[in-house]
Amino acid sequence: MTTAYTRTAVALHWIVGALVIAAIIAGWVMTDMAVGPLRLRLFNWHKWTGITVLGLMVVRSLWRLSHPPPAPLPMPAWQRLASLAVHGTLYLMLLVQPLTGWIFSNAAGVPVVYLGLIPLPNLVDKDKAFGSFVKELHVAGGWVLAAVIGLHLLAAIKHHFFDRDDTLRRMLRWRTS
Amino acid sequence: MVPAPTRWIVLPAGLAIAAFVLAADNAIDAGQSTIVATLRQMNVPLDAAFRRFSGTVVYDATHPSEARAAVDVEVSSLDIGDESYNAEVRKAAWFDSTHFPLASFRSTKIIPGGADHFEATGTLSIKGRTQTITVPVVVQHTASATAFDGRFELSRKYFGVGDPDWDGVLEDKVQVHFHLQKGTATVAAPAQTSRS
Repeated sequence: MTTAYTRTAVALHWIVGALVIAAIIAGWVMTDMAVGPLRLRLFNWHKWTGITVLGLMVVRSLWRLSHPPPAPLPMPAWQRLASLAVHGTLYLMLLVQPLTGWIFSNAAGVPVVYLGLIPLPNLVDKDKAFGSFVKELHVAGGWVLAAVIGLHLLAAIKHHFFDRDDTLRRMLRWRTS
Repeated sequence: MVPAPTRWIVLPAGLAIAAFVLAADNAIDAGQSTIVATLRQMNVPLDAAFRRFSGTVVYDATHPSEARAAVDVEVSSLDIGDESYNAEVRKAAWFDSTHFPLASFRSTKIIPGGADHFEATGTLSIKGRTQTITVPVVVQHTASATAFDGRFELSRKYFGVGDPDWDGVLEDKVQVHFHLQKGTATVAAPAQTSRS
């Protein structure tokens, strides 16, 4: 049983974390902006970020299956359950959220062109009513994701500063394994 | 013998009705027709349909000299799919729809190409500017309807359409494709090669 996260896992964790936070902030800001070229740019960057996260999450999921993470550190059972719930929700939401965004964009009649270079296939046909429904899922999902990330951050701080255990440190450790 | 005054009423009335019917016969059925502009923002193609337009198209390969096409499009009816963007496009820097409510095409020359296609050359007018364009048109006949399909490309900046602030995100070239139908039966647009 390994005692450390692989470098790949550590790198992917922080890269995905940064991208997701950027995407959430962009999503929050862009929907309030007045119509203009910057709003268009932000919408496109938000979509590119989302597709990147989707790709990295597929890689992460496969990596995790072949390279199991270290065992959970000793902690009360409720905390271990909470961490399973939060991490599970994060994995799920980070796969679902980019997908609802992609679907909603297509349903609204807007194809997704990754990085402005690679046209991605339309997952659904243009359908205004369906698009409105999926939009609500995507927006609600964004709030859920933000809340769960908040819990994740608070827990990491708690473990590091209050419990003074290895939880945060091992996601910062650049060890070969 | 019909009294003279009645004759003077009936004859012109009859001619007027005949002319109206003829014109109506050549009028496009907007409900069965589409005019769509495809624009590209940051390399993402978007279709924007004009919802209100009218016109007449006359083409008979056996009487090519009578061929003509005239179409008027209400620019304020452009629908990108999002009302806030639709409202933007009506503004002065774009279509300026309050001062230039219509975009129009009037044919000046039609070169017949047989029963099922022709080439229409004419004047395209948008926002007070004009351009001569030539559009190949495909004709399809059914028992009760005739459809005209074609596409052309224009430069929106040529017509002064577009706030320069948007030049970095919105391409100048716009593809316009139309399916104009006379008669009430639905005629499917001919199979198209993929739009790039």
